[in-house]
Amino acid sequence: MRKKLIPYLLVSPYIIYFLVFVAFPVGFSVYLTFNNWNIISPMEFAGLSNYKRLFNDALFRKAVVNTLIFLVIHIPFQIVIALFLAELLNQKIKFRGFFRAAFFLPVIVSGVVVTILWQQLYGFDTGLLNRVLVKIGFAKIGWLTDPNWAMPSIAVMATWKNVGLYVILFLVGLQTVPPQYYEAAELEGATHLQKFFRITLPIINPTIFMVIVLSTIGGFSLFIEPYVMTGGGPLNSTVSAVLYIYKQGFFYHHMGYAATLGFFFALLILSVVMIQKKFVEKDK
Amino acid sequence: MKKIILYSVLLIGSITFLYPFVWMLGASFAPENEISNLVFLPSSFTFGSYLQMFEKIPIGKAFINSMIVASTITFGVLVFGSMVGYALSRLEFKGRSLIFYIIIFTMTLPFQITLIPQYILIVKFGWIDSYTGLILPYLMNALAIIMFRQYFKTIPQDLIDAARIDGCGELKIIFRILWPNSIPALVTVGIITFMASWNEVLWPLIVIRDENLMTMPQLVTLFAVGGRAESQLGVKLAAAVILALPIVAAYVFFQKYFIQSMASSGMKE
Repeated sequence: MRKKLIPYLLVSPYIIYFLVFVAFPVGFSVYLTFNNWNIISPMEFAGLSNYKRLFNDALFRKAVVNTLIFLVIHIPFQIVIALFLAELLNQKIKFRGFFRAAFFLPVIVSGVVVTILWQQLYGFDTGLLNRVLVKIGFAKIGWLTDPNWAMPSIAVMATWKNVGLYVILFLVGLQTVPPQYYEAAELEGATHLQKFFRITLPIINPTIFMVIVLSTIGGFSLFIEPYVMTGGGPLNSTVSAVLYIYKQGFFYHHMGYAATLGFFFALLILSVVMIQKKFVEKDK
Repeated sequence: MKKIILYSVLLIGSITFLYPFVWMLGASFAPENEISNLVFLPSSFTFGSYLQMFEKIPIGKAFINSMIVASTITFGVLVFGSMVGYALSRLEFKGRSLIFYIIIFTMTLPFQITLIPQYILIVKFGWIDSYTGLILPYLMNALAIIMFRQYFKTIPQDLIDAARIDGCGELKIIFRILWPNSIPALVTVGIITFMASWNEVLWPLIVIRDENLMTMPQLVTLFAVGGRAESQLGVKLAAAVILALPIVAAYVFFQKYFIQSMASSGMKE
């Protein structure tokens, strides 16, 4: 009897945790979408009004569009740069450890640090980027103050921060390619590009899919960057999904509406990832 | 010739990733009027920015808070993760695969959906402005459980059987027999967990309002956006240096483990 009980005792902390911090919140979040509540006064039944509001909310749409802009820039950059650097590291080189460590450094540092740093690089008058631009004869760019530039600027910064992780993942992928494949292709007279597209790419396809999925989740989780750098501005051009939930929930205390937003963003993330998965599987 | 191009590209790449950090370090020691020069070495070194920062915000207290929170979470994730991982990989019981699927399910669940209700839970439990509020929601981690489950599967059954014959209980088997044989898994899970909770900033922003309980990234964030740095760039950068320092120091020593751990966690997702 006692022996039968032991496995359950071992997993019981997790079961309790799951019920309290996962199952209940998911259920309660659905319940909240039908209510208005500021936590302090009694909850008010709101019917479908939160849903109606969401479908007419220009700022919700803006947050989705902003996230898509972020992803459209971030994902291709991430893949191309990471693959390029991984290819370089995969050559016979000295100091591989040093280069790898250098590329990886931004990955381990807090997003807050990276954000504070890039705020200086992006500065309008004294920022490094604008100084370089002026020096080579171009006009200054409002990296974080021009609504057209602000989100792309954040996307570039996020790429700089994360790309080191994907360099490592691609490097692992590249090292699984059997060298005989390349040797055989060389005998057939294949060019560099042919070897890359015919041999390398199919083998690292799963890694590319992973980069896309992780970057998508990252895009929908964007928070600290706009929070510190722009506050969501200029003209709401950097309002992200999580920043909008945060504002509705913890600034205006609209718990019902914030939960509705969270619920829809979660659905959106899952559907985007599903669609991406479909595409990858079709490719095979 | 080809080699020269290869190394120059690699060098430019590493400068792109390293230069901002080196500049930050130099600028935090520079006199305020020299910071915007973006040079490596200031004409004179000063601790002025650091002294002002220590005066303005309780960064020492925040360091201790972050240490307590991140260590407790890491310890909890290691202990509970290996208990559940052990049960799932080595013990037969009804509902085992159900629990496994639940864990996989929670890994795919976007946090956006649980953020608001989890906050409400913390409010109702009275854990706003407490370590409990910071720690409890992170004490279990699905990825850690899966990693321990995988790793424990590779340990020979003979080892466990021998321990049972010697009269070891299940907890003793986990912590005395499996742990010493699972150092790579412990290091991987430990590093990922500690780093993630050290760098976490959204959750502290939500559950902590008392400045004396704030974690380091939270305090530095509020300092950077709250205008208390009063546009004194040097003070802001000094705060960023202090925030980055512990993790970078650990990284310099355990670089290989950091990279391996992060890579293997990425692989699993």
